[in-house]
Amino acid sequence: MSGLKTDIRNNLLNRDKEWWKELLINNAIYIVIFAIIVFIIVKEPAFVSFAVFKNILTQSSVRLILAFGVAGIIILQGTDLSLGRMVGFAAVVSGSLLQRADYANRFYPDMAPLPIILPLLAAIVLCSVFSAINGFVVAKFEIHPFLATMGMMITLYGILSIYFASGAPGPQPIGGFDERYTEFVIGSTMGIPNLVLIAGITSVVVWFLWNKTTFGKNMYAVGGNPEAAKVSGVNVMTTFLLVYILAGVLYGIGGFLEAARIGSANNGTGFGYELDAIAACVVGGISFSGGIGKVSGAIVGVLMFTIISYGMTFMGLDMYYQYIIKGIIIVAAVSLDTKKYLKKS
Amino acid sequence: MEEEYLLSIKNVNKSFSGVKVLKDVCLNVRPGTVHSLMGENGAGKSTLMKCLFGIYRQDSGKFYLQGDEFNFTDPKHALENGVSMVHQELNQVTKRTITDNIWLGRYPVKGLFVDERKMYEDTKALFKRLNIHLDPRTRLDKLSVSQRQMVEIAKAVSYNAKIIVLDEPTSSLTAHEVNMLFDIMKVLKKEGVGIVYISHKMEEIFEVSDEVTVLRDGFYIGTETIENLTMEKIVNMMVGRELEDRFPAKTNKPDGIHMSVRNLTTRYKPVVHDVNFDLKKGEILGIAGLVGAGRTELLEALFGARTLKTGEIYIDDKLINNSDPHKAINNRFALLTEERRQTGIYPIADITFNSCISNIQSYKNSLGFLVDRKMKEDTDLQIKNMRIKTPNRREKIRALSGGNQQKVIIGRWLLTNPDILLLDEPTRGIDVGAKYEIYQLIINLAEEGKSIIVVSSEMPELLGITNRIMVMSNGFVSGIVNTDETTQTEIFNLSTKYLNNNREAEV
Repeated sequence: MSGLKTDIRNNLLNRDKEWWKELLINNAIYIVIFAIIVFIIVKEPAFVSFAVFKNILTQSSVRLILAFGVAGIIILQGTDLSLGRMVGFAAVVSGSLLQRADYANRFYPDMAPLPIILPLLAAIVLCSVFSAINGFVVAKFEIHPFLATMGMMITLYGILSIYFASGAPGPQPIGGFDERYTEFVIGSTMGIPNLVLIAGITSVVVWFLWNKTTFGKNMYAVGGNPEAAKVSGVNVMTTFLLVYILAGVLYGIGGFLEAARIGSANNGTGFGYELDAIAACVVGGISFSGGIGKVSGAIVGVLMFTIISYGMTFMGLDMYYQYIIKGIIIVAAVSLDTKKYLKKS
Repeated sequence: MEEEYLLSIKNVNKSFSGVKVLKDVCLNVRPGTVHSLMGENGAGKSTLMKCLFGIYRQDSGKFYLQGDEFNFTDPKHALENGVSMVHQELNQVTKRTITDNIWLGRYPVKGLFVDERKMYEDTKALFKRLNIHLDPRTRLDKLSVSQRQMVEIAKAVSYNAKIIVLDEPTSSLTAHEVNMLFDIMKVLKKEGVGIVYISHKMEEIFEVSDEVTVLRDGFYIGTETIENLTMEKIVNMMVGRELEDRFPAKTNKPDGIHMSVRNLTTRYKPVVHDVNFDLKKGEILGIAGLVGAGRTELLEALFGARTLKTGEIYIDDKLINNSDPHKAINNRFALLTEERRQTGIYPIADITFNSCISNIQSYKNSLGFLVDRKMKEDTDLQIKNMRIKTPNRREKIRALSGGNQQKVIIGRWLLTNPDILLLDEPTRGIDVGAKYEIYQLIINLAEEGKSIIVVSSEMPELLGITNRIMVMSNGFVSGIVNTDETTQTEIFNLSTKYLNNNREAEV
């Protein structure tokens, strides 16, 4: 029997020896990203500076707001391909309504200056309606969100391009924004960039919505097990609509900010943003299997991506190489994430 | 109406496309009692429950709750009126906490926000009342099936349930956990709750029931108090004929060592530690143990579905390599998985597909295309040999009863011509008559010289059909006994041997 005893001891010892392996697997993606960041810093020590830090936060801001929107949809086991086009829509609408009075190529040449809150509201309402339609179609007709939002993406591009071409100067990039608008977006308050402040406030609000309200808890429940939520009396349709509307609101805000941040908007603005947002969510542990994801995850995901692309640009690495690295990170993140939940073989 | 009944079901009829599935069914549940509802699969138990919960609407007949007639529109409506059901397959949000699940759909709100403190306190009070020892903040995926079931029962109680329907609650529980469940049922009885208990397990029926109602083929056969019943009488009511014995005679003759397993330890959790055993040719070896003892994991490890840290498998004294299921199949192993619906059947495919899919390589012709005719012949042969009840081989497998689905899957593996069959809970969710047929099938296969390992949570089943029983406890083998010389008590004691991490104190 002492043989068995020794075996058990060995097993216990082995388990102790292996805890770090587990830790490594569970955090592998962060370790890899951290290694890349360390590499960038070693190559370019100037990367560690306040200016760079501020730039990274500023660049992350809009992405983060968009990521929160799609994160809710991913928690509902969905995805949103129309994010980019909605951002483009919000950007073009906001931009076309907020041009300087003395700018030559105005979209609406004779329009009096509007309070900036009105175009913001217009962007939010438009995106909420589009997104609510996505949510309705997905929940009501049980169409896979990939297809439903792909349809929306294509449709929106058509509508957006028609609107974009309907302005006085024809289909030309919309620029020459009102200074109040530009100042609101790219200015600073007490040394903190307004974009960062807005992203910070959004994070707090989203955190409360997800974790402290019935809406948030229902979102996790419906995402984790729609059937269980239904038999417990959760209104699945309402939950879907609310999550998609929240996404629309965030896309509207994001598009409004994006136009002023870039300084111009056209019908191609926002194209491909959905992929960045989804990738950030996935790297941040917001799982495609549904029901799982945290605000902190989205923040980490977005920051990681921004740091890496900013850092690689800082090093002077060609864009094309950046794509390769980003692509590999996404797939690695997802496979490691899956491994976390299926600890088998 | 007689007020003595909490729930009264009167002469319920229901047909589907002209076929009567419920004929004048009655059920009367008194407060503070356990009323067992029995019948073979397809007898109409679940249809009756679906009518009660408003999922179906009965053609005629009435439901009374404490004397008042009612018709629920959906399960939520029933829940709010104190009638709830704990399903066999738990419908929970496993990624959320216990409190989140119990109060789902009716979170207490304080201002804008959910009142977490109230939820927590209420859950604690509820658990104290039911004598459940769990931290309400635990996530459900950290709990065992039995613990999750208790959470589900607690949820029903939190709606002030007067009637709780338990649908095969013990099908995945072990003896110890079943006792915990029964303790909770006793608390509920004391509080005057009426429990409708649906189960196939005779031993349990006699342990917990006050009354038994039996259905057969949609007919109401009768209601008796438990004192007036014997096992034979219930079986007789259920199947309409005397089952001479619940188990066929063990006619197989184990002879010579077929497979030897040495020092088998798995790499990932849940870990199986240092398993050593021999399997004789033509032997039926049972594996007993509590849930979490590592029984399924051991079968998966043998079949190459789990990574080994150490261990060798010898067939006829020759070392073989089962490092993945494909190699295991080539080494003539077959694994019948525990979760038939999840990992066994392709529900929307027909019987032919389900029969031939594991053996699909052998139906290729010289050009690499599949030969339909051979597949059809083999499928028809399996349908005939195993007496699968189906109109034809083109039927979708999900249309068959559980027992017949299981036969199709056993047939699928037999087509690969295996020598070693690993069967994980082969009779789970299958009714008494079909169980007997599966037992007979297993014994016949052993008689033909196939060596079989059967994992089962039903002790009588292991004692009834195996030659030897290997008992596992907390990932270790705690003993191997000869079936003819052992007792339920011995097996139970072995299965708890290494519990509570007292493995070192034990040796």
